[in-house]
Amino acid sequence: MMIKVRIPTPLRKLTEGKGEVEGDGKTIGELLDSLESSYPGIKERLCDESGNLRRFVNVYVNEEDIRFIHGKDTSLSDGDEVSIVPAIAGGSGGDYGAF
Amino acid sequence: MSRKSAISDILKQKIKGLKCRECGKLYPPAALHVCEFCFGPLEVDYNYDEIRKHISRERIEAGPKSLWRYSDLLPVEGHPTVGLYAGYTPLIEAKNLGAELGLKKLYIKNDTVNHPTLSFKDRVVAIALTRAIELGFTAVACASTGNLANSVAAHAAEAKLRCYVFIPGDLEAGKILGSLIYAPTVVGVDGNYDDVNRLCSEVAGEYNWAFVNINIRPYYAEGSKTLAFEVAEQLGWKAPDHVVVPVASGSLLTKIWKGFNEFSALGIIDGVPTKVSGAQAEGCSPVASAFKEGRDFIKPVKPKTIAKSIAIGNPADGFYSLKAVHESKGTFETATDTETIEGIKLLARTEGIFAETAGGVTIAVLKKLANTGVITRDETVVAYVTGNGLKTQEAVINAVGDVVRIEPSLDSFEKAINIKGEKGRQI
Repeated sequence: MMIKVRIPTPLRKLTEGKGEVEGDGKTIGELLDSLESSYPGIKERLCDESGNLRRFVNVYVNEEDIRFIHGKDTSLSDGDEVSIVPAIAGGSGGDYGAF
Repeated sequence: MSRKSAISDILKQKIKGLKCRECGKLYPPAALHVCEFCFGPLEVDYNYDEIRKHISRERIEAGPKSLWRYSDLLPVEGHPTVGLYAGYTPLIEAKNLGAELGLKKLYIKNDTVNHPTLSFKDRVVAIALTRAIELGFTAVACASTGNLANSVAAHAAEAKLRCYVFIPGDLEAGKILGSLIYAPTVVGVDGNYDDVNRLCSEVAGEYNWAFVNINIRPYYAEGSKTLAFEVAEQLGWKAPDHVVVPVASGSLLTKIWKGFNEFSALGIIDGVPTKVSGAQAEGCSPVASAFKEGRDFIKPVKPKTIAKSIAIGNPADGFYSLKAVHESKGTFETATDTETIEGIKLLARTEGIFAETAGGVTIAVLKKLANTGVITRDETVVAYVTGNGLKTQEAVINAVGDVVRIEPSLDSFEKAINIKGEKGRQI
């Protein structure tokens, strides 16, 4: 299964500068593990010590906030598009985000 | 008062830096607001050990009659350079309103008369611009629902800083004029406040400006603590039992809770019994909804309310305001547009204070909490009224009486005003 993932500017150092990468997984949780194996270090930026998504990281599946679906257990289908968006846009190149 | 003498004795090294509220990562005390590691918001990290050695009730009482009397707990490093007269507004014992609502010890913290632009934003801007100047900025900016724009524009004029304010295109005339008069660049954005804010986050990344509520936000937001400090001091160095606070971004409520707790931790007051309750307009109540539904995250909404100053659908500090309300065992309540107008009129009729729409929401919510017994008769209660009604005249223009029109003659007067019993009485 191939899932397109949009990466925000502050995390592109970890994705060789790429703003869009591909990952795999039946859920958001699995997708994050797949991203970690391709781009080591990315998971700790997105998840806290207990593995939960950090409070100021928003994840959208096809434009819908996963908090209003099933969080990390939100299921994914082939061709879904996932966006990772910092909740607070930074002065150092956060591309968008609600403040 | 000369600028240098505003505070005789500035406490050095009270700021250690900035710290991420989420992951605790440390940053220098620069114009930064978001953690580059976990994207959490940054907050000022104070050197409380140093502050504790100096701060005292006596030291505060000897300070200027402005918010700068609490300078030991404000995030600036030197003497204030702008906004020297902000804060220290009246705490009014609201006996008439209290009698109507069945509350024996009700107070109104009246920031409708803050200097110079008649809202609580004069507090946060005094801090933000003093800090911006310390950090070397020569231009300031903000995203605003109106009051902040007014205050940034006025203080920028005083400080001779270039100024850019961004507002939703459909604001009340008084709030637009209240910025234009100071001759900043006023940018009216075709969209709501959340659209303005999103745009400003992008603009802030491109221009070397001090955006008071973006890259200067960690300093700016601290100014709201003074609304807790003043109330505690004005009540005779004690925190009230219950406060009602309007919630837009959630920062004001969060910082009022922080202010009481800081005072207590430093021994200035003895404990914090205060329940902190949030007031939102029913047409824009994302935090109140989260509270009522037991969620710990905020679902953004599209605002639809006459209370434009608090019409923030995606509140930056929504989560933390929710947390503060839970910690303090307060609650959230909402007010409809009709109840908001009635709230404005009730405060005006009983206490002679003309509040803007956010104040109407606060008074309407206060009334509900009193009527439902959430606030009880003997509690010491403070309602924060944070902006002036003369700026939002549109909201009440059709809800007030008419002028009695007469010819300039006694006969015409007496025909129009039929008052029995008062004639001839001399006092």
